[in-house]
Parts: sequence; C-alpha cells; structure tokens
Amino acid sequence: MQELRTLIGKEITLEWRQRYALNGMLLYIVSTVFVCYLSFRLKSNQLNPLTWNTLFWIIVLFTAVSAISKSFTQERAGRLLYYYTLASPRGIILSKILYNSGLMIVLSLAGFGFYAFVMGNPVGDIPMYLLTIVLAGIGFASTLTMVAGIASKAENNAALMSILSFPAIIPMLLMVMKLAKNALEGLDRSVSSEEIVVLLALDAIVVSLSLILFPYLWRS
Amino acid sequence: MKNNWWKVLAVVLLTYGFYFGLMGEVPRRNILNESIRNVYFHVSLWFATTLFLLTSAIYSIRYLRSNNLTDDIKAVEFTNVALLFGALGCATGSLWARVTWGDWWPNDPKLNSVAISMLMYFAYTVLRSSLEDEQKKARISAVYNIFAFAVFIPLIYILPRMTDSLHPGNGGNPAFGEYDMDNQMRRVFYPIIIGWMLLGTWIATLRIRVRALTSND
Repeated sequence: MQELRTLIGKEITLEWRQRYALNGMLLYIVSTVFVCYLSFRLKSNQLNPLTWNTLFWIIVLFTAVSAISKSFTQERAGRLLYYYTLASPRGIILSKILYNSGLMIVLSLAGFGFYAFVMGNPVGDIPMYLLTIVLAGIGFASTLTMVAGIASKAENNAALMSILSFPAIIPMLLMVMKLAKNALEGLDRSVSSEEIVVLLALDAIVVSLSLILFPYLWRS
Repeated sequence: MKNNWWKVLAVVLLTYGFYFGLMGEVPRRNILNESIRNVYFHVSLWFATTLFLLTSAIYSIRYLRSNNLTDDIKAVEFTNVALLFGALGCATGSLWARVTWGDWWPNDPKLNSVAISMLMYFAYTVLRSSLEDEQKKARISAVYNIFAFAVFIPLIYILPRMTDSLHPGNGGNPAFGEYDMDNQMRRVFYPIIIGWMLLGTWIATLRIRVRALTSND
C-alpha cells in the first residue's frame, strides 16, 4: 500500500516536472476538438447527436492512445532497471494504471467541457454522461497501460501501439459509446445498468490480467 | 500407425461430413432453403477456430511457466491455424450472408467482432516479427496472446448476444439448434466439427515439426 502511494507520487512528480507533456496533451485534445469544429463548419445544432457522440469518443480514444503510450517510454532504461530492483512489478503496473486512469479522467473531462463549449451540448442526462466518461477513463487507461507495456518492449513503438491497442480496446469503446448514447438521449437510468455492469466486468478482467501478466513482461 | 489413428479419423470424418453435408437430406426452412447446409461448414469452422485459439492461449500460459521455446512454437502455430480457419469461416459466412441476408458483409455485431479479433491476431504476428531476441519475443508475445484471448471471448461470445444481431442465438434470437436442426443434421454436424478440429491439429503439428527441424540447423 505504502509502495503504491510512493509510486503514484513519483508518477505525479514526474509529470509535474515535465509539464510540457501534460500541457501538450491538453493542447492536443483542445486542438483536435477545434479541428473538428472547423471542419464540420457547425452551428451548434446542425450536428446529429449520434455523430456528436461518436466524434467525441473518437477524439477521446486518440487522446488516450497518445497520452498513455508514453507511460513506459518517458523514462530511460537505466531508471526502469532501478525501479526493478526497488519495487514489485504488481506495484508498478497498479500505480501506472491508477495514475493513467486519473490522467485520462482529467483529460477527457476537460475535453468534454471544451467540446460541449464549441460543439453545443445535446446531452440529456449530464451526470450519467460524466459517469460514463469516468468509467471510460478507467477502462481505457487499464487496457492501454498493459498494451503500452507490451509495445514499449519492441522497437517500432508508435506504430505497434496503435495496431495492438485499437482491436483490444474496441469492446470497451462499443460499450462506452452505447452507455453514452443512453445518457445522451436521457433514457431512464435503469436501461443502462446492464452496460455499466459489463463495462465494470471488462475492467476487472483487464486489471486482473495485467496484474498476473505484467511480472513476466517486466522481467525482460 | 498406432499414433496416427486420429489422422485417419480426421479424413474419414471430413469425407463423411462433406459427402452427407452436400448430398444428405436437409429440412426445408424459409429463407434458408438449401443454404442450411452451410451450418455444417461455417459453424463448425468457427468452433474449431475457437478451440485452436484456446489451445494457443494454454500453450502461452505454459510457456510463461516453463520458459520452454517449444511451447512458444506450439502457441504460434495454433494461432496460425486459427487464422486460416477463421479466414475460411469468414468466407463461408460471407457467402451465406449474401444468399440469406442479401449482402456480402452485412453490418452485424458478430461480423464486426470477428473482423476485430482477426485484426487482433494479425497484430500478434506483427508483434512477433518486430522483436528480435528469441526469448524476449516468446515472452512478450505470450503475454499479448493471453491478453488477446481474454478480449476475444467477450468479443465473440458475449457482446454480440447483448445487441440486435442477425445471427441466431444472439440478441434474443433463438439459437440455431433449437428448432432449425433435426437429428438427421446433427448426425453430420457433430462429426464434421471433430473432423475440422483434428485436421487443424494435424496441420499445426506438421508445422511445429518443420519449425523444430529448421531451427536445429
């Protein structure tokens, strides 16, 4: 527990020291939203709500991939070796997942704010939509952290990250988009309970697999 | 001969299955008509594919515990066979979809899941070729393979059942066996499943032996 707290603290300090990375991510999501805004040439209510929703999740997906792919590469090999001697692999992967979840939640909430600001906000049930964003942040972070760990071991990192992660993340993305669509249309919350349960189950599978498999990855 | 009886069995079962699958009596159903015969080929190919992917995942787990490179080779070859059978499953499914649903590739959740999982396993082969060191390649691809299998199962067998789908057994549709198949068909269907599984295992074992021989040089 103590180890976990220290490791998360380390991630945050590291991020804070290299603030350009965090600012870069924020700028990335803001400029992507703006590109979409300009390329659709919208007045706020011309966009079909379904398209609105899809576009938002695609932006979040790309932000997630580029934000998380750096989580194993920003530190040099020597330093990783140093952590290897200090901390248990479970602690490392869990701290990375938790930290990335937090990062994703912050990024996608900020993205949602700006997106709703320029593209209009057709959401019927906003608390539910925000809950979806939080769940999606956790889910994306846990899947992508593991994939980033795998991709960081290979040479051609950036390309490999996207071919490995897109297929693996699609079940989660589909569930999230369905949940978001329910929230968008302001359906009764009981309708969405099944999706929430499946999403949490997928999260649980991914996190437990990461905990089991990461020690093997970490050794190399 | 004593160890090869199952290869003979594979040939016998598949010959039997193909002959009666194409020539035997089938029940007449609306829309399906004669195309109901495809259940012998399309469905059984996917059952076999799932079995090979499961075998591959098991060999990956064994590799992680034993660090024995032959386990890794077995995992790869079973994935390759699964990719071959999956491609055949897609092709037969596509023909069937053209006849019954009117489109080569209808927008159906199960088809999309299949496409995604094929992409995932092609990514596995790309991942392997991008790593140089043998042990490292084996370890990392084993980790990915297990991960991919854990995504494959919900993708193919759980998520399509939750949405509207054209496939029987999904989205509240009754499964195929419930009333479309009769006992006559089952007598052909089950042998052909076993036949495909044996044939695929045979292909995989041959390739594993070839690999073992070439790597000894």
